Amino acid sequence: MRYLPLTDADRQAMLDRIGVATIDDLFSDVPAAARLDGPIEGLPGHAGELAVERHMAALARRNMAAGDGPFFLGAGAYRHHVPASVDHLIQRGEFLTAYTPYQPEIAQGTLQILFEFQTQVARLLGCDVANASMYDGSTACWEAIGMARRITRRGKALLSSGLHPHYVSVARTMATFTGDELVHRAPSLDVAGDGEDLIAALDADTSCVVVQYPDILGRINDLSVLAEKAHEIGALLIAVVTEPVALGACRAPGEMGADIVVGEGQSLGVGLQFGGPYLGLFATRQKYLRQMPGRLCGETVDAEGKRGFVLTLSTREQHIRREKATSNICTNSGLCALAFSIHLTLLGEKGLRDLALLNHARAAQVAERLAALPGIRLLNHSFFNEFTIVLEKDARQVVRDLADRGVLAGVSLGRLYPDEANIARGLVVAVTETVTDEDIDALVSGLKEVLA
Amino acid sequence: MTINQSGWRPESGAGLPLDTALPATATGNRGLMLEEPLIFEIGSADRSGVDIEAAPAIASRLGGLERSEAIGLPGLSEQETVRHYTRLSRQNYAIDLGLFPLGSCTMKHNPRLNEKVARLPGFADIHPLQPVATVQGALAVIHELGEWLKALTGMAAVAMSPKAGAHGELCGLLSIRAALEARGDARRVILVPESAHGTNPATAAFCGYAVEDIPATPDGRVDVAALTARLGPDVAAVMITNPNTCGLFERDLKTIADAVHAAGAFVYCDGANFNAIVGRVRPGDLGVDAMHINLHKTFSTPHGGGGPGSGPVVLSEALAPFAPLPFVEKREDGSFLLVEEETAGEHHGRSFGRMVAFHGQMGMFTRALAYILSHGADGLRQVADDAVLNANYVLRSLDDLLDAPFGASGPCMHEALFSDADHGRGGLAEGFTTLDIAKGLIDEGYHPMTVYFPLVVHGAMLVEPTETESKAALDQFIMALRSVAERAKAGDPLLKGAPWHAPRRRLDETLAARKPVLTWEKPAAAQ
Repeated sequence: MRYLPLTDADRQAMLDRIGVATIDDLFSDVPAAARLDGPIEGLPGHAGELAVERHMAALARRNMAAGDGPFFLGAGAYRHHVPASVDHLIQRGEFLTAYTPYQPEIAQGTLQILFEFQTQVARLLGCDVANASMYDGSTACWEAIGMARRITRRGKALLSSGLHPHYVSVARTMATFTGDELVHRAPSLDVAGDGEDLIAALDADTSCVVVQYPDILGRINDLSVLAEKAHEIGALLIAVVTEPVALGACRAPGEMGADIVVGEGQSLGVGLQFGGPYLGLFATRQKYLRQMPGRLCGETVDAEGKRGFVLTLSTREQHIRREKATSNICTNSGLCALAFSIHLTLLGEKGLRDLALLNHARAAQVAERLAALPGIRLLNHSFFNEFTIVLEKDARQVVRDLADRGVLAGVSLGRLYPDEANIARGLVVAVTETVTDEDIDALVSGLKEVLA
Repeated sequence: MTINQSGWRPESGAGLPLDTALPATATGNRGLMLEEPLIFEIGSADRSGVDIEAAPAIASRLGGLERSEAIGLPGLSEQETVRHYTRLSRQNYAIDLGLFPLGSCTMKHNPRLNEKVARLPGFADIHPLQPVATVQGALAVIHELGEWLKALTGMAAVAMSPKAGAHGELCGLLSIRAALEARGDARRVILVPESAHGTNPATAAFCGYAVEDIPATPDGRVDVAALTARLGPDVAAVMITNPNTCGLFERDLKTIADAVHAAGAFVYCDGANFNAIVGRVRPGDLGVDAMHINLHKTFSTPHGGGGPGSGPVVLSEALAPFAPLPFVEKREDGSFLLVEEETAGEHHGRSFGRMVAFHGQMGMFTRALAYILSHGADGLRQVADDAVLNANYVLRSLDDLLDAPFGASGPCMHEALFSDADHGRGGLAEGFTTLDIAKGLIDEGYHPMTVYFPLVVHGAMLVEPTETESKAALDQFIMALRSVAERAKAGDPLLKGAPWHAPRRRLDETLAARKPVLTWEKPAAAQ
């Protein structure tokens, strides 16, 4: 077996050193009734690279890859071009096969990158500090709600109807067990968001308001007034960004008064990967630093006075604080954070702004063309690279019909909100720099056919 | 000056004494050991390593929220970017460089076939919300891996979506809490052994439980009598790590599980150390109700400098109905159904809900499945055998020199535990600690073992070699660790200064925590 280097002679010599006769003797603590005598029956035996690769490739071929045709899906995961050097660099064994940097003297590579990542994320989201990443956007969102509870000592969170429904579901699941009260309703097909309703719902029990920017229907709303009103009553504003490329074009939530900004970093460097692994972004104000969950990297000096980096403030974390920790999280999304950071370094400020403007312009072109089709209404006044169109029939079937024609047209609101029949005609369409003119033509003609 | 005409290197060192301090260099670099500034110090806002096509002219639809201020993101050209990260990579230790004996972390070889298959466009370039008919291959991967995990553990069901081990613990405890609530049984206590990973009590507290410690016996296992005495109508579950963090098999787990079940509670098993028993023992045969499996440990998905992990959870019949959304079901016609909110009602109405957006760590599933298929049932059993053999070899090659607190408790499993105590072998010299041994190993070219964990052993050193190390690699590591331990016992003052040969000397962690600097700011003088 190609990954196992011991020979039978090695094994015998080692058993001799240990002082037992057989390997079975090393398992003598396992109760006899639970010992397996040989390989588990009904499972195949070992296989060579070629055979495994054939099997996996055959499974891969049963999927329609985004690059195989016109592709317009978003709703929390976006397809962007990832420069070739990103994937090359993250595959260096010193990154790929390293562990959590617990021994900083021989992990300065990982640590310096986390320090750079934290700075990039804080600046992009418009906050003072950021952590070294969480599992993904949805879990980061829930962690932010928990953090707001700890800071305000209040247990009611107002979730905007524009928050991604999966993020709402994750929060609902967790709240069942923590006792937090969550106030939320499904979105309606309005031009405006629910900012006014959220302000009206603020009260002295409210720990936080959670809004997505741009929201699940693609709308972009100024958060300043909401932040002000939340602060007046002692609540925090949590902003959720599922498309960080938008922040190359739009004002940062932190700049508009958000106290905690979380996000999904998948757009930069990570790729679609059927939903994971992704990258949770988490940033906040300096004054809330010690209530922040997750790993943090900080600057320090070594015994010769040279600058170096270490994991720090671990007294918030589970391996020190055990049941009193700010979170049970024990990993970050290290390699995804690296990919994000490399991609953002390659882009730089100019590249990110240009990329964002290109996304916005492409989306605006597509929105205009779709809005001109009979039977389609464009919902949004404002959007970045994603918008919602309202069809004259259930969008779920339209999406399936277009997939049969080789066009992946968007995400239907029926898929996201199966219990909300009144919005089932909504289709969320995302347009990134990867979309070509031919793709747009295919979408337009496909929609015409399917809606006719 | 004479010219060397031999073509061979001249005699070195014109009398340079060996103990001369290393000469400083103008750059701070030392040969191949290269210093690297931060991107903020070398990049600029107007430089880029990416060419973006010009955007067509349109009327802005950004709702008046255009960004006007600078963000502060430096850019680098492609070559500068490649150099920056390549140079930084060389400041990291990694399994690809050598043995990485971190106990409880299972740092085994990461096969490159796994990387290759995970990058097939059919896996890497598919969206989680594509129509289900267009992702049947992805659902097949999730299903096939799940079937393997169930077979290897002897359990009834598996939840694939948890993002990491600790997230898997959460999944297990939420399943347990949902099962208890479904029968109207509001239990509020979870029992956790002292030697448990910190995530166990943190997870239990996160789920709203009170955590109580269970003591260990002097031989390093759970105190069965103390545990069973504590069972009662308020205890929801017991969390046990098996093999435990002392590297020992909890031989009474079945007895414990029977008592726990009789008391109406559940058994959660922390599966972090499953590598030692895969193919040898099925946790389901020991009465376990829920166990997470760290795909990044037992099934070799890369640790990536601290993540991403992946923590599927296998569940017993009793807990299966409460498993989280989404999950994959195979239909009779061979196609796959994705059970999520839209379809859960009729199929899975008792689920405790969704833990994460989308479907879990697909990129890890493809890697883990490739690894499992490569080994097969026979190879996976050999994995456990060799992992345990390697650990016992390390234990018996060092226990004459270092205290092995449970060396008399029988064979160890996947990891060998040592302490800094004396116990007749001669302790460390005055002022020397486990930390000095760890830092000394760095100079010898090794990543140190896990230190100061588990907490139940003084100055713990937990060595997990894994099955992918050869005997020669183990022999060299043993030789190095013996040498460093002897220096610690002899009180070698140079050891207190270790590491000497790493990219950095010992780092001031106290300073970092006292005055946290977590982001880069332009130095005042340069502003």
